[in-house]
Amino acid sequence: MVMEDKGVTGSILIVEDSATTRALLRAVIEEMGDFTTTEAASGFEALKLLPTQEFNLIVTDINMPDINGLELISFVKNNPRYSHIPLIIVSTERSEEDRKRGIALGAMAYITKPFRAQELQEVVKKALHHEGL
Amino acid sequence: MKASKKEFIAEAEDLLFECQQCVLEIQDTYLTAVSPDTINALFRSMHTLKGLSGLFGNQGITDISHALESLLDDIRLGKVPVTEDAVDFLFKSSDTLSSAINGLKEDAPVDLSAHIEEIKNFRASMQAGEKGLDIQGLIDDSILRVLSEYEEHRLKANIKTRNGIYLFNAIFDLSTFDTSLEELTKKIKEEGELISTLPTSTGVPDGSIGFNLMFASSQNAEAFKQHFSGNLEVLVPAKHTDQQIAPKQDHTVRSATTTVRVDIDKLDRILNTIGELTLAKDAVKRIGAEIEESHPHSPLIRDIHKISVSFERRLSELQDEVLAIRMVPIGQIFSRLAQVIRRYSRETGKEIDLTLYGEDTEVDKSIAEEIIDPLMHLVRNSIDHGIESAEERLGKGKREQGAIVLKAAQKGNHVVIEVIDDGRGIDIAIVRKKAIEKGLIDPDAKTEDREVLDLVFAPGFSTKDVVSELSGRGVGMDVVKEKLSMLGGFTEIRTRKNEGTTITLTLPITLAIINALLVRAGKHRFAIPLSAISEIIVIELKDIQTIEWKNVYYLRGEMLPIIDVGKIFLLETDKNDQTFAVIVGFGRRKLGIVVDEIIAQHEIVIKSLGNYLKGLSGFAGAAEIGRHEVILVLDVESIIEQSLTRQEGASYV
Repeated sequence: MVMEDKGVTGSILIVEDSATTRALLRAVIEEMGDFTTTEAASGFEALKLLPTQEFNLIVTDINMPDINGLELISFVKNNPRYSHIPLIIVSTERSEEDRKRGIALGAMAYITKPFRAQELQEVVKKALHHEGL
Repeated sequence: MKASKKEFIAEAEDLLFECQQCVLEIQDTYLTAVSPDTINALFRSMHTLKGLSGLFGNQGITDISHALESLLDDIRLGKVPVTEDAVDFLFKSSDTLSSAINGLKEDAPVDLSAHIEEIKNFRASMQAGEKGLDIQGLIDDSILRVLSEYEEHRLKANIKTRNGIYLFNAIFDLSTFDTSLEELTKKIKEEGELISTLPTSTGVPDGSIGFNLMFASSQNAEAFKQHFSGNLEVLVPAKHTDQQIAPKQDHTVRSATTTVRVDIDKLDRILNTIGELTLAKDAVKRIGAEIEESHPHSPLIRDIHKISVSFERRLSELQDEVLAIRMVPIGQIFSRLAQVIRRYSRETGKEIDLTLYGEDTEVDKSIAEEIIDPLMHLVRNSIDHGIESAEERLGKGKREQGAIVLKAAQKGNHVVIEVIDDGRGIDIAIVRKKAIEKGLIDPDAKTEDREVLDLVFAPGFSTKDVVSELSGRGVGMDVVKEKLSMLGGFTEIRTRKNEGTTITLTLPITLAIINALLVRAGKHRFAIPLSAISEIIVIELKDIQTIEWKNVYYLRGEMLPIIDVGKIFLLETDKNDQTFAVIVGFGRRKLGIVVDEIIAQHEIVIKSLGNYLKGLSGFAGAAEIGRHEVILVLDVESIIEQSLTRQEGASYV
């Protein structure tokens, strides 16, 4: 794959309450290259996982049962320990307003569910390069 | 390319059908409780339609379904209330979508921009109340920024209802925060509504995590300070005490329940009670008349008369009101039929151009429900047997598309529904042949065309040897006829070869209490529903002629079949030269019923004869007419039917 030539690697946190979407995100991301993915089924789980390791990227849903993705983005961006981690929103197409808010809070990009594998891979690639700069 | 367009249209129509089902469901339930699932299903169908049309590259349908999807999303989120207006708007919009899809089918794209604008405006107007609320100044931006749209909506809704908005800061150990936080939020939910849970690390020691919990409650801050130890900030104070809230809530409850949904059975019971009261009223009247006879100068007479008149008037008002409640516009049925027509049209590959008239015509709910199946059957018949294939139509010089017209109109106490098609019509010669085969008519008798045509309503009669998949096996026109007869209605059929068929259903507007004419034949009294009577004439018995074993009378130059109640029920009648004939039926289906005496007009409640006498034909039921006297009510339709198809005196019992 083209991706491997560029040597994209990293540790990625996937925050998504739907197990199916989580598995899909993981598969698509792992296809890109040498990635460690960690899955969080809720915002709370993400909050607990954040201090446990160095993440290079967070991919998050917006509508989740405990805290929403916007609150997670705000937490990450306002905490000096995590504020450098780029975030990608993966949400349904109808929450356009929420996506805008997420970007305003500091998310790098958003992807609309349902997404195409290639689309997600492009965004992930960009986000990681951005981080590397 | 053509195939993909066809597929797109077929799928779009399926989705549209699902949408329409949901809208119908919402209409049926919006006054009580619309299931969120229904709204969600509608939203999803619209969402899929948008995706589908986007894929197909139809900008117009994409845009309109997108606009509708947004509106439905608002409804789903509770931002737009499900009001009568909203339901009407959804109906209208699904019609627009349907015409857009039809337009695509005919390569005549419909300009939807005006409709899209309308949807956007409607959406904006329904949200107006909330948009006007400015929360920017009330609540810190750092909090507002992290609210999802839904949370913001809940925040505004709470401020609008004058609830207090509070911010509570709590710090927990990172390893156990979820259970501790859960306990806290449970407490908050007991007192109000949790709006936002924002995690924070600002000013929080390592190994811990802070949460800013924003919640709303009608309680004031004092009440919370007792429950929560910690930093409670009042963002917006509660604007009322508990005492003040009471009348306010009362008011909103009242405005939300100006309409109620009532089980039709309950209305039936009320009507039954009114029926019983009508009997009581008649009893009072009769007692008055008896007193007047025995004590002509009694002062009681005036009082009783006054009371019975007032009784009568109020009772009839009450009855009218209840009957009015039961009325529904026939458009409800038409829209269901329209869906069926679209489906069958697709299944048969016959394109149908459907036109509806008189959708506002009102009919009793119970009749409306009963009439759906017969109408459905007629419509299927039209598509299946009536409307020809496109090639055949073109060959005949007809438009490629078949036309079906559903028409409703009120005529006096009746609703007339017509199912009109421009198909091949019914071949009377074939019907005649079949009828002779089945022994329904005498091959030597000169049976008139319309009499022959009426035979299509005879049980088990079908001119098609192959029963079509669509019309279903075993359900024939006789079932339609039977149903109509049960409802006290009539069916009439008109047809012209290659021009089409019109089937007219004439139904009473209401089933409940009816006005009837009491008549006497010999020693027996019968009731004839007034709605079936067109006139009463006095005839000389000698003027009744017998033509082909049938008694007829020439009324204003037209031949009127005559039957004698006494003869058909084998009663001993008066032997007068002059007698009365009650003329029943409409149009060409008229009949004179000879009776000995016209007694009076009377309101009756028709009761079923019960299972034992179910097989008895000629009677619609029985009615009580005071003094515990029970009389039989003539089933005018079945008598007309029998008199037209059989010889008089044939087995009625």
